[in-house]
Amino acid sequence: MQYALAHARYQLLELARTPVAVFGSAFFPAVAMLFFVVPAVGDNAVGATYATAAMVTFAVLSANVFQYGVGVAEDRAQPWDPYLRTLPVGSAPRFAGRVLAGLTLTYLSLLPVVLIAALLTEARTTVAGFALAAGTVALVSVPFTLMGLSIGYALPSKAAIVVAQLVFFPLAVGGGLLTAPGQAPAFIEAIAPFLPTRGAVELMWTAVGDFRPEPLSMIMFGVWIVGLAALAGWAYRRDEGRRFS
Amino acid sequence: MILARAEQATRRYGDVLALDRVDLDVSAGELVGLLGPNGAGKSTLLNLLVGLRRPTGGRVLLFGGDPRDPAHRRWVGVTPQETGLPGSLRVGEVVDFVGAHFPDPVPRAELLDRFGLADLARRQTGGLSGGQRRRLAVALAFVGRPRLVLLDEPTTGLDVEARHALWDAIRAFHADGGTVLLTSHYLEEIEALAQRVVVIGQGRVLADDSVAAIRGVVGLRRVSLTADDLPTLPNVVRVERDRERIHLLTGDADQLVRDLVTAGVAFRDLEVRPTSLEEAFLTITADSRPADAGVPTTA
Repeated sequence: MQYALAHARYQLLELARTPVAVFGSAFFPAVAMLFFVVPAVGDNAVGATYATAAMVTFAVLSANVFQYGVGVAEDRAQPWDPYLRTLPVGSAPRFAGRVLAGLTLTYLSLLPVVLIAALLTEARTTVAGFALAAGTVALVSVPFTLMGLSIGYALPSKAAIVVAQLVFFPLAVGGGLLTAPGQAPAFIEAIAPFLPTRGAVELMWTAVGDFRPEPLSMIMFGVWIVGLAALAGWAYRRDEGRRFS
Repeated sequence: MILARAEQATRRYGDVLALDRVDLDVSAGELVGLLGPNGAGKSTLLNLLVGLRRPTGGRVLLFGGDPRDPAHRRWVGVTPQETGLPGSLRVGEVVDFVGAHFPDPVPRAELLDRFGLADLARRQTGGLSGGQRRRLAVALAFVGRPRLVLLDEPTTGLDVEARHALWDAIRAFHADGGTVLLTSHYLEEIEALAQRVVVIGQGRVLADDSVAAIRGVVGLRRVSLTADDLPTLPNVVRVERDRERIHLLTGDADQLVRDLVTAGVAFRDLEVRPTSLEEAFLTITADSRPADAGVPTTA
């Protein structure tokens, strides 16, 4: 744990020295809130609450997939990264440190979304609901963090950017993040339970409202976590820094 | 006790054979220099020893175990490439971060003081000069109180004063019982520090001997002259022709010049220069065929 904290502190120090990186990950979800949620369902309490929860999930997805996918791939190309791998600490604390730092950044990037929802829409939840949602964000981050790590460790940075973009949008739309519960087109409703984004958003909806999650979505959410954890661990172990042939 | 060992270690990158059945033992208390030109396989060997890469054949052992297991890296100190230091972090932060990976790190102030970096603790590493970064990189190898340090070209790019200060630090570590394996381009550096030299060329161990013995092998001179024709001369290791210019590589330049004069060769523009290690290695490498793995000798 002390190693994980050291890595998290190191990551956050680096981030804090380039504050624009923090700003960047907060900007996109905030703008999406302003453009899509506020005008469409801003005056409907239930709709705005669910839409805000979906936007939060959307922000968690994008923050994690890009942050880890691109960040890890870029780090691997630097000679500092192989040096860290010579230190007498295995992969787990480095994973954990990254995740702690990533989670901190994810929460920071959610602040504008939550502020916009509270000030400009009728979205409402209880104190307990809010606290539960805040905790749920950490849980919901797990598969997308692992997905980002898998991309980052498996691919060189240029490929990682492309793959992160390729997986990000279908997951967001296919999981029903851009539509209210039960309102998506039929084929999306059919595939959504099999995507990790669906389980994630259902957990968020459950935290802030009267939603009851589908068992299939929950099971698949767990399956994704296990599968992506195995993939990320595999990608980390086979990684020997940047490859040349 | 053997701290680091390679047994028939082989490493391929695609079609390129970077290391070819290398055997190497480094025992506790030794100060071993790994000498070879660029691309010889020195860095690949170090990377295998610290577990950054897996051998494609043979095996490597660090403190008796697989270096890919973090526990076996507990007593090893490694230098990062100084170009890779995280530029936005301060010197003290980098030292603290690396030290956090070891149970009993050298206190920050003590380490920085030992490497002449005490005044720079608050500076971001991106703002350091090349020499300062190099010193920080070497200092990081010592932060965990290692028993074995692997130093990859520790003084490349340093001025004479800084180089000698760093040599003193390495000698002090060795005098306290530490074991050192360092790579270098410079014969001078190896001579100043090492007791034993391992020469690597084209992925193979070409020689593994005392410093004095290796100096005899690689301490060649290049005698260049312009002449139409040359008789066969003793003591010449290799002859190169560059239009009318003739370059003779020899272990004894004085005797060669005497021989040239005695033989009555009509030469002009005589030049005698020490060979670079690179040239000496090319000679060794060209002389040794894969079939004979023995130490090549000069005439």
